[in-house]
Amino acid sequence: MSDTDSLDRRRMALYGWMLLAPALILLTTFAFLPTVTTVWQSLFSRGTARRPAEFIGAENYQYLFDDPVFWQVATNNLIYAGVTIPVSIVIALGMALWANGHLPGRGFIRAAYFTPTMLPMIAAANLWLFFYTPSIGLIDRIAGLFGIGATNWLGQPETALWAIIIVTIWKEAGFFMIFYLAALQTIPPDLREAAVIEGASRWTYTRRIVLPLLMPTTLFVMINAMINSVKLIDHLFILTKGGPNNASKLLLYWIWETAFSYFDRPTAAALTVMVLAVLGLVAVFQFRGLEKRIHYR
Amino acid sequence: MTKQFLKAACAAAVIAGASVPAAAEVELTMYYPIAVGGPLTEVVDDLIAGFEAENPDVTVNAIYAGNYDETRVRAISAIQSGDPAQLSVLFSIDVYELLEMDLIIPFDDVVDTDEDRAWLDSFYPALMANGVVDGQVWGVPFQRSTIVLYYNKDMFEEAGLDPDSPPTTWDEMVEVAKALRTDDRYGIMVPSTGYPYWMFQAFAIQNGIELMSEDGTETYFDDPAVIEALEYWRSLSVEHDVMPEGTIEWGTLRQAFVQGQTAMMWHTTGNLTAVRNEADFEFGVAMLPANERPGSPTGGGNFYLFQGASDEEQRAAVELIKYMTDPERAAEWSIATGYVGISPASYETESLQAYAEEFPPALVARDQLEYAVAELSTYETGRVREALSNAVQAALTGSQTPEEALSAAQATADRLLRPYR
Amino acid sequence: MSARAETLPATGLRLPRLGLPSLDALGAWTLALIWIAPLVFAAWAAFHSPRDALAFDITAPWTLDNFAAAWVAAPWLRYFFNTMMLVTTILAGQLVLCTLAGYAFARFAFPGREVLFYLVLLQLFILPEVLIVENYVIVSRLGLFDTILGIGAPYMASAFGIFLLRQAFKQVPKELEEAARVEGCGWLGVLWRVYIPAAKPVYLAYALVSVATHWNNFLWPLVVTNSTTTRPLTVGLSLFAAPESGVNIAVISAATLMSIAPLLVAFLIFQRQFLQAFLRAGIR
Repeated sequence: MSDTDSLDRRRMALYGWMLLAPALILLTTFAFLPTVTTVWQSLFSRGTARRPAEFIGAENYQYLFDDPVFWQVATNNLIYAGVTIPVSIVIALGMALWANGHLPGRGFIRAAYFTPTMLPMIAAANLWLFFYTPSIGLIDRIAGLFGIGATNWLGQPETALWAIIIVTIWKEAGFFMIFYLAALQTIPPDLREAAVIEGASRWTYTRRIVLPLLMPTTLFVMINAMINSVKLIDHLFILTKGGPNNASKLLLYWIWETAFSYFDRPTAAALTVMVLAVLGLVAVFQFRGLEKRIHYR
Repeated sequence: MTKQFLKAACAAAVIAGASVPAAAEVELTMYYPIAVGGPLTEVVDDLIAGFEAENPDVTVNAIYAGNYDETRVRAISAIQSGDPAQLSVLFSIDVYELLEMDLIIPFDDVVDTDEDRAWLDSFYPALMANGVVDGQVWGVPFQRSTIVLYYNKDMFEEAGLDPDSPPTTWDEMVEVAKALRTDDRYGIMVPSTGYPYWMFQAFAIQNGIELMSEDGTETYFDDPAVIEALEYWRSLSVEHDVMPEGTIEWGTLRQAFVQGQTAMMWHTTGNLTAVRNEADFEFGVAMLPANERPGSPTGGGNFYLFQGASDEEQRAAVELIKYMTDPERAAEWSIATGYVGISPASYETESLQAYAEEFPPALVARDQLEYAVAELSTYETGRVREALSNAVQAALTGSQTPEEALSAAQATADRLLRPYR
Repeated sequence: MSARAETLPATGLRLPRLGLPSLDALGAWTLALIWIAPLVFAAWAAFHSPRDALAFDITAPWTLDNFAAAWVAAPWLRYFFNTMMLVTTILAGQLVLCTLAGYAFARFAFPGREVLFYLVLLQLFILPEVLIVENYVIVSRLGLFDTILGIGAPYMASAFGIFLLRQAFKQVPKELEEAARVEGCGWLGVLWRVYIPAAKPVYLAYALVSVATHWNNFLWPLVVTNSTTTRPLTVGLSLFAAPESGVNIAVISAATLMSIAPLLVAFLIFQRQFLQAFLRAGIR
């Protein structure tokens, strides 16, 4: 009896591994292995055909820390994250509350909020380029109506990053709305009725009942927004290319530029390692949250 | 009937991405960039088709790969990942970087007949300057340009200026621009994205100084004359209010000029034909104004030969380049774009002579070649250029003074170039 | 009593149909209009001559010239074809790999399962986008540079897909599986007969998310494609619209609309299903 049991267990294990094997092979090839080689690569000097690469330890990191551009790009990315994450979450929440209500034209409203999600970032950037063009773009036309002169939105260090941030918020808020919408639909209607009978104002109801119930969703959305604040950089290629004078440059764009425009792979690798470290922290944070959520169920 | 069938079959083959196999013995792959307006991929495709018709045993995959930077990335990525390319049109100033990566071979290695050597000598010397390193020819000019001044003649008349005498000095340019400035339009725009270092080099040359040493290992960004040049550029917006503040977009500037938002602009001659097609007003083209001296950097793309090609492929590649740079084709290309005809002979062709007769601005870029200087090109060229471009943008947007910005750029360049000295 | 009467209309959101639009309706509509404004103005520009597009003259004549100009300027059909191939390849790979892996995690006990599962989840954070530098080297070494498979391979073992399917399979009652076994199904038979049909909605949702994501993906395809024969729509569009090419805003708008049209039209037609799909995929 116990013999067949252990045989069974071993067979189960074998099947399990076999089923997993293809996914594991690919994950190893394109996620784990490159992570390791990135770390390794970051410890070497940039080699060219005439001067081979050599091991230089942490020098690439030192070089980056000494480079004011690194600090600027890192700061840019922090601002980018610090603004896009909360703002798009708040807008998404507002959208969801509205889209969940019984407003006239609800179908249109939902579709309008969600449409940017369906567009490639590159296409979105093209649309916004038309908005931002100084004096002939739409924003300046509207500003002109109020007697405000032409503004070079993408060409000035004070505004370039903000122009990028706005496009990002526009792009992702509708996506996050969906998750809130889903969560809102799971809130039992009796809760609202009870609140109404208690005489609670709408604000109290939202704050005391809806928002706490949406907490797990907020966590999920926040993680997504954090990842996006690293990943969503496609519009830089069209709108600013990180300029002027690095004012709107973000880390992943800089990694791309360093690796594929300057062919400096080790420095790009060092940058990648730092980004991965930050993402790793987010992962730990997320897994903790996940464990809690599993606990709930 | 058969014809239609053939057509359909060809279309199918194209859609399937198959190269039409016409007993091809040699297959060449080349990448090329386009940095100016107009449907130029068609022009290149036509040139290639002409070559293939003359050389049925050679098939050419000409791949359009974006702007100069993107094309360099694409070509080098291809080679590094084992996808061979035998030749490409790349930035004329990428030569040091390509050398450092050991990717290119000199034309001298392939060219052996006297006729071919004569061909190498047939181009304007100013256009060869960027392609010759250590006495060997690494790059052959193709889509080459200088910067010229475009101006709106209608606006000149409207402002009471003589439409046939554009400004010839820095001071005149400021005066004229002030006269042209109204609430709705600027006097002048000089683009400061895309290739800010290139535009800036023109200012520096005019102020009587070169930005780099001949061997590509030294730069002089913090020289007082260089700083003065940047101060002048900045003064156009800050002091004289004839140019918008902030950076000016390279790509949309042509439209701004055509739409009448500025009365004058500096831009590559490569845009000449596009401006001509789009402007519904009289416009003129002039050499850039002088300060200490007149002048403009050359710009644009050269043909390079890559390593790793077989002898036949190299031979075929050189034949292709010879075909593309032949005076007739050079004239055709110049008419289609506005780029400089790359050899004196191209300006002797009937087609270009007739064209210049009808449209004299076509000759301005050529005439300016006399004063032209090699474009900024050093080792680590991508980053050195980026440093200078950032300095230009920092100064123009007012986040740093020209002196601070250029000193920082020089420090960066020094750090990058030290290993090569 | 009066307090209740005050709060009800505001809370209920059902009444404003009568009389003036509520503040909510106003806010929601304003936001909606702002949100689609970029698209509307692109459409405006695409159907007008460059001059009229910028003049905002409502009476300006409409034209299809921009589409004609954009259409001939780049091999759009080829780009469409490439993108279709790409999303199909990725989806096919994902469905197979994630089904097998999700099944393994959901129904097989084996040593190291927990650790492995966390490793897989970690991939949610080690984004293929961040690893472009080394993945480019690996793809080149495998000879997959500038191939559709090369663009798709890093995304096939999708942690998100594995996670979703594991959850879905876990919710299938064991009894169903046992019944199938009694009828003589093997491991794969059970998967095919019981689990996959039970998880159909999840598959649909996941497929939609995957197609939308990869239809829109840009950075990695930019890095690994080199020619017209592989370039997806996004990369082709970025080449076409790069400021250097100096094409005017009307033509860019036309090209942009052309390239987003298939997905957008599909979305508008199947809006309800789309939203549902995203909901399902997101909340588990």
